[in-house]
Amino acid sequence: MAAAAAFATPLKCTFSTSHNVSGSTRGLHWRKNERSVKRAYRGVITAKIDHKPPPYALEALEPHMSLETFEYHWGKHHRAYVDNLNKQIVGTELDTKSLDEIILATYNKGDLLPPFNNAAQVWNHEFFWESMKPGGGGQPSGELAELIKRDFGSFEAFVSEFKAAAATQFGSGWAWLVYKANRLDVGNAVNPLPSEEDKKLVVVKSPNAINPLVYDYSPLLTIDVWEHAYYLDYQNRRPEYISTFMEKLVSWDAVSLRLEAAKARAAEREREEERERDEYEGNSQTEPQPVEMYLSDTEDSEAD
Amino acid sequence: MALRTLITRNPLRAAAPLASRGLQTFSLPDLPYDYGELEPAISAEIMQLHHQKHHQAYITNYNKALEQLDAAAAKGDASTVVKLQSAIKFNGGGHVNHSIFWKNLAPVRVGGGEPPHGSFGWAIDSNFGSFEALIQKMNAEGAALQGSGWVWLGLDKEFKRLVVETTGNQDPLVTKGASLVPLLGIDVWEHAYYLQYKNVRPDYLKNIWKVINWKYASDVFDKENAN
Repeated sequence: MAAAAAFATPLKCTFSTSHNVSGSTRGLHWRKNERSVKRAYRGVITAKIDHKPPPYALEALEPHMSLETFEYHWGKHHRAYVDNLNKQIVGTELDTKSLDEIILATYNKGDLLPPFNNAAQVWNHEFFWESMKPGGGGQPSGELAELIKRDFGSFEAFVSEFKAAAATQFGSGWAWLVYKANRLDVGNAVNPLPSEEDKKLVVVKSPNAINPLVYDYSPLLTIDVWEHAYYLDYQNRRPEYISTFMEKLVSWDAVSLRLEAAKARAAEREREEERERDEYEGNSQTEPQPVEMYLSDTEDSEAD
Repeated sequence: MALRTLITRNPLRAAAPLASRGLQTFSLPDLPYDYGELEPAISAEIMQLHHQKHHQAYITNYNKALEQLDAAAAKGDASTVVKLQSAIKFNGGGHVNHSIFWKNLAPVRVGGGEPPHGSFGWAIDSNFGSFEALIQKMNAEGAALQGSGWVWLGLDKEFKRLVVETTGNQDPLVTKGASLVPLLGIDVWEHAYYLQYKNVRPDYLKNIWKVINWKYASDVFDKENAN
């Protein structure tokens, strides 16, 4: 999902050297630098977000998802998120970041910043188009099928749970299959007993624009259950839309590829954590000092 | 000519009590106009789906949740009681909100769209500057609402003023303040406008004022002030 480079446009924002996403949320500056730089910086990628088309023609999913739906869903809704996001980030620090980075920065630990909605919805819709294909449906195979069986009991049980999540996401939102590589949430801690059992496939649902990237999960599959996604074709009949999605539209190929990528990422993170742990243990010269407690000898610390 | 059900039970009070327990359940209220009478502001197709499918589903699920709640409460099953709260809020809220909404709309032939006069009209001017300013504010808030929800004109009984508020999903206005009384609610869930206006929610908002029943809002306002 990285944005394309745009060297020809004059750079309107200052080049930020901070690449640490979580660090930058604390000092997110909303300066609009009006001075335009006449020459393009080499190596700086302006994150002008693209309005990416689906990997198939707009009518290719007929009759299960109509051309008319795509004309509005991709042509109007998705396009508006892209245009509005670009307007919001131009000339700001976010303009240099990738879409994923923008999402995490503007999620801001739940205290959403204005571009979050647009950024997350751009990401969600791209992910959604790529979750489907003409002649989709059927069953997964290979490692994906094995993991589904391991973590849900059976493919049917997974389908049941996924459909239930999609049907019971009240209001607008999304249902997801994600790969969860269980990391501890505390910044400088590592999972003391990492094991293959901590990694599993899970079904989650999310409201409005929220997506599982903000929970640090790896999304594998999604279905859009905002009403605009199905109203032209199915009106109020959301369960029918969900069933059709599962039976005729899901691209298990895409899901499998994403699973591979997710596992590779999880493995890489583990190696990184391993390296950091070794470094720390190698470098520390002294034992950690016990904390000294100062207790007054006239006061009882437990006095009421 | 749209078909209407002939059931005339008052929807917000008891309908059919459960035989064993006297639990009050609810039924779909009649619309006081035909599905096509709000055209061209709101299409007949939308009105029929909105009433017969969406509102009916909230009622069906609300009744189901109430029965389950009743059974769980009688047994002292606290965790089930708690688990049911979101279903009750979603579906009960959906029933409450839509029941108000149908009364907020009226065909032009019976005064839909006619601006309010009297003390209500005066209150609008004094709270918002002008009638047009109120409309603009509600349109702006309604358009800006992310996802699904409602935009409301409410009366704050405690502070004796009119307010514009939004609520998400099917949260009733009272979730924004215990002293808030809904006078006017506009449904901005996509199902309320999508078949006709597609993604252009602002056009739906602009047009719905042509069939807003200010008389109802005025009556509620006057009644609350009399208390």
